[in-house]
Amino acid sequence: MMKLITTILALAASLLVAVTPAISSEAPAAAAKTEVKAEKPVFVKPKTTSTADHAKFKELQQGFASGPEVTKACLKCHNEAATQVMHTKHWSWEYLNPQTNQKLGKKHVINNFCTAVESNQAFCTACHVGYGWKDNKFDFAKQDNVDCLVCHDTTGSYRKLPGLAGHPPYKDTEYPPKSGEIVPATDLKFVAQNVGKTSRATCGACHFYGGGGDAVKHGDLDSSLKQPSKYLDVHMAKDGLNFTCSECHKTSSHEVPGSRYAVTANDTKKHIRGKADGNPATCQSCHTTAPHKTNARLNGHSNKIACQTCHIPEFARAQPTKMSWDWSTAGKRDADGKHLKIKDSTGHHDAYDSRKGDFTYESNVIPQYVWFNGKVNYTLRDTKLDPTKVIKINSFEGSADDGKSKIWPIKRFVGKQPYDVGTNQLVIFQAYGTPDNKDAYWVNLDWEKALERGAKESGIPYSGKHAFVETEMSWPITHMVAPKGDALTCAQCHQPQTGVGRLDKVEGIYMPGRRANYWLDLIGWSIAGLTLLGMLAHGAGRIYVARKSAAKTH
Amino acid sequence: MTNKIYVFKLFERFWHWSQAGLIITMLITGFEVHGSYTLMGFADAVEVHTVAAWALVGLWCFAIFWHFTTGEWKQYIPTLQKVDAMIKYYAVGIFTHAPHPFKTTQLKKHNPLQRLAYLWVLLMIGPGIWITGWAYLFYDQWTAWGWDTLLTLEWVAFFHVAFAFMMLVFLIAHVYLTTAGHTPTAHIKAMITGWEETD
Repeated sequence: MMKLITTILALAASLLVAVTPAISSEAPAAAAKTEVKAEKPVFVKPKTTSTADHAKFKELQQGFASGPEVTKACLKCHNEAATQVMHTKHWSWEYLNPQTNQKLGKKHVINNFCTAVESNQAFCTACHVGYGWKDNKFDFAKQDNVDCLVCHDTTGSYRKLPGLAGHPPYKDTEYPPKSGEIVPATDLKFVAQNVGKTSRATCGACHFYGGGGDAVKHGDLDSSLKQPSKYLDVHMAKDGLNFTCSECHKTSSHEVPGSRYAVTANDTKKHIRGKADGNPATCQSCHTTAPHKTNARLNGHSNKIACQTCHIPEFARAQPTKMSWDWSTAGKRDADGKHLKIKDSTGHHDAYDSRKGDFTYESNVIPQYVWFNGKVNYTLRDTKLDPTKVIKINSFEGSADDGKSKIWPIKRFVGKQPYDVGTNQLVIFQAYGTPDNKDAYWVNLDWEKALERGAKESGIPYSGKHAFVETEMSWPITHMVAPKGDALTCAQCHQPQTGVGRLDKVEGIYMPGRRANYWLDLIGWSIAGLTLLGMLAHGAGRIYVARKSAAKTH
Repeated sequence: MTNKIYVFKLFERFWHWSQAGLIITMLITGFEVHGSYTLMGFADAVEVHTVAAWALVGLWCFAIFWHFTTGEWKQYIPTLQKVDAMIKYYAVGIFTHAPHPFKTTQLKKHNPLQRLAYLWVLLMIGPGIWITGWAYLFYDQWTAWGWDTLLTLEWVAFFHVAFAFMMLVFLIAHVYLTTAGHTPTAHIKAMITGWEETD
């Protein structure tokens, strides 16, 4: 009897043990769902793994009048930091592409957004990791000109404003001008004492706002990545892995790996993370080249298809991105002769701006898909162009059979921008200027003056006659990776002849379910149909004869 | 007078009907993968098609073993004897109540046209669809095996589908001709019970 009772008790206990985790595991999940914290306006010093509290350093316990003064203090201890930064694209805005020998970088490329840095430095260099680059006389060798804070700020209070040539405001400043909004003077001592590792916010301060505003340029990088949901970014999700940018862009000696000038389009190494010879920012560097554990067929697909193609089903999933920019319509004024701004149907974005022309924005954009082997060719300032054609600002090289390409998702950004009719080259114009600068396009809406000024400052001759040419630019889609449940399904590409399959325009491969052989189908179905008809006719004949003979015998 | 002879043994009937089911499944799913229509969705169609293919491979292993151990393979030795009589029967005789020119026996259970047709299925359509199907299935390994320089998926798929059309044509004709025995249901009954009624 005793034995029976103990057995029952033991059974009950084991049942309890088995049930308990099921109950307790549910509770935190429910709590996590309801816990939506608003960003706190008050700075709370974040927990850090650092062994040094910068607030305690004597060098930082002083008032700073300018950014370079802070840098001087940083370099007293971090005496190699400036040298390291100076070797990077973040500093030089220059990149020599070893594949094409083209000199690229923001300093040289003309894109189809704001087009060119030259003659607009004071505006553009709000995103330079330096202080004072306002014209071509900037001293790239002066260490104090390096801006440490823009990447290492943890307070969120350090903000470089366009127009200040890379400086933050040292006094209360109205920005945007005439907006009535005041950006307070930067508390450099506070920022300097709270430096730390880079974050989504510091990288994003520039990279989320490329092209002149939030989400404008990339489509897969915008401010929603500061606190993203899992659906938006499975790696950066605030309630998930919570990766920073540098988790993948694993930086060494201030050199940030991962580049869209020279893309690692086809990483064939199995697991290179942590090794110096690879790009740690590729998917493969963590996930290997065979990441699908339950479906080998998907690993097979990854021979030809970039991970991003299936795992980033759409871009601009949190907010709309700019898809076109037509400079040729810029310059209109209202009845009072003032600059115009017209909102688009959503009311959130400009559809027209006198200073810039027409825009379109789109959300949840299905990417275009191209073969890409990592080599990118640019149309540069000295490239002769055929203005009757759409000019490819950059073009991604690749094909189905070069053995190096994969099918990649891209954002294709189209527009119209000025070119020199005399030389058939893209031109530089001065867009930004202080209100007293009558040449700047954004001040006076006069193309000729802006182009003359751009030519003067860049040293590139301008014939005096311009027109507008259609351009397009390709951007690799690689950020904002969705959870695996939101990846593309088979049928989104393997669509039976509807013409709306994702890869419908990708040539050079045979895809089951896409564009079957017309003659094979015609002949095959015809023979099958005729056979069926023949059989039916034969059967009908037999039935007819049988009925007739049956009728006779009756 | 009606005679009954035992023509199809249990394994043979099992083989026939499971093979029929698998082939029909593969025709339905295969043409969906090919892009002819949407029924269960591409992903499921691929999955079902693949499972059915491997099941048929297993079935054939048994069937080949059976045919050789029982000597039944001899049933498929082609002959042109009476082929003309068979064609004449299907074209004319069947309408005029002429007697069936072929007498089924256990040693000769297929009429000469059946022999030719089944041999064609077993030696031509079958292997054709299998070889192309395997190449198709192992496409991911082509590069590793060095096949990518010899084959293109487009042509492998082309022939796979071409053979599938032949199988479809065979299936249509075969299903109809099952009604063209000594009586309309004689063949079908035989394949179910094993016993065929003869005159």
